[in-house]
Amino acid sequence: MTALSPFFAFVGGVATLSVQTVIKFLRSRLDFFALIYQIEAIGNKTFVLVALVSIFTGMVMALQLSVGLGRFGLKLYIGQVIGLTIVRELGPVLSSLMMAARVGAGITAELGSMVVTEQVLAIEAMGASPITKLVLPRVLACVISAPLLAVMGDIVGILGGMTITMTEAGITGRFYLDQILKTVVLEDFLVGVVKTFFFGFFIAIIACYQGLNTTGGTEGVGKATTQAVVYSSLTIFITDFFLTKLFLLL
Amino acid sequence: MKPIIEFKNVFLAFGDNPVLKGLDLQIQEGETITIIGGSGSGKSVTLKLLLGVLSPDSGSIYYQGKNVTTMGEKDLIAMRKELGVLFQGSALFDSLTVQENVAYPLREHFDYSEKELDRIVAQKLAVVGLPKIEEMFPSDLSGGMKKRVGLARAIATDPKVILYDEPTTGLDPTNTQRINRLILQMQKTLKVTSIVVTHDMESAFQVSNRLALLKEGKICFVGTVDEAKSSKDETVRDFIEGRMETVEPLKIMEAR
Repeated sequence: MTALSPFFAFVGGVATLSVQTVIKFLRSRLDFFALIYQIEAIGNKTFVLVALVSIFTGMVMALQLSVGLGRFGLKLYIGQVIGLTIVRELGPVLSSLMMAARVGAGITAELGSMVVTEQVLAIEAMGASPITKLVLPRVLACVISAPLLAVMGDIVGILGGMTITMTEAGITGRFYLDQILKTVVLEDFLVGVVKTFFFGFFIAIIACYQGLNTTGGTEGVGKATTQAVVYSSLTIFITDFFLTKLFLLL
Repeated sequence: MKPIIEFKNVFLAFGDNPVLKGLDLQIQEGETITIIGGSGSGKSVTLKLLLGVLSPDSGSIYYQGKNVTTMGEKDLIAMRKELGVLFQGSALFDSLTVQENVAYPLREHFDYSEKELDRIVAQKLAVVGLPKIEEMFPSDLSGGMKKRVGLARAIATDPKVILYDEPTTGLDPTNTQRINRLILQMQKTLKVTSIVVTHDMESAFQVSNRLALLKEGKICFVGTVDEAKSSKDETVRDFIEGRMETVEPLKIMEAR
């Protein structure tokens, strides 16, 4: 039981912070400029990373499928498999994982440093709410940015796959794209994108929770940052399974 | 006279470590009282209890007759508007300019125009002797300058009470004197109540009307500077002459 108590403390803490954030969202005046600043910061931090990961994922999938499907004479279906896999699963999950690594770590490190240097205490002492000032703009920015990055990841991944399919499988780009447009329906796209709203929320709320609960000085900031990335990555995989199952039932 | 702030039988522990064990203290309006005590004795915790960011395990804290421990969010915010805090490490926001730092509590509580804000910020920075540094960032400032900007931010809303948490710690003698003079100046010109938390005895003697010695979770001496200097009490003498043992339980520091 003692071994599990940090886990329950974490889950309880994140749940409490989530509820407090939702209440502040409903009750307080949103700092629009802080939100725009956070969205811009998240976009700048993650755009290139997501693009690189997506393009190489698309490319390596095309390479593997041209060998794998080629054995059965099914190279013509490479586009359909890549399209479905990236749009339904890999685009949203990989872009969110990159976001957790880059943005989640950044949020925890920033808030952790603010806690250590008493800046968060100063916000409270001046009669302001750290949740309204720090947590809410970051959570909203992640919830808004995650789907945008996922869509961008989908497009770049599919294009990456197209370049390799054209060179390795001898299939024209037009045919590749036609196959994707015929196979991938709006539902596939929405299933992938809707999941990223949840991923974005979890990334931000876990990062904020870890940052605001940093103890132990600068060493504690490093520890909290690592934990935030590990916990949010795990949460992405776990919620991905359950959300996928839920969407399949609907 | 009714005290502006009162701690009544306050108990607080972090886990198994008791920090305050029945703290009683009354602070009168307009006075400067310095809480002295060793590291880890609970001095800064006392300020956090007054601000309402920590809750005691038992006991009450009153601000202008209202119980801080039972206040709702609105009342807490209204109270904090009347309190200015100078933090040990200044706690300036790294990402904001000096102007934005000093204007922060003003933006939070008032609807001043940008022009008005600029005027008030310039005036507060002039009070602490740092005019025309509005566009600088905290990283461009020395430790002493940061403390003074922190003080400008603390007095931005014209508070009734200023809390100083270790105001001279880590400063060179010149800056220590400068901060001491500013604390006295605040008392004379703004007529504010000041609570200073420090273990710097020279500073405490210089700025205080009264001293309160915190030891083993209780106030074991309250009196004027002259009374402290002439006290025959062994605990007071030990602390003044630097012989008192300081307790710094690691868990207490971590819990803070």
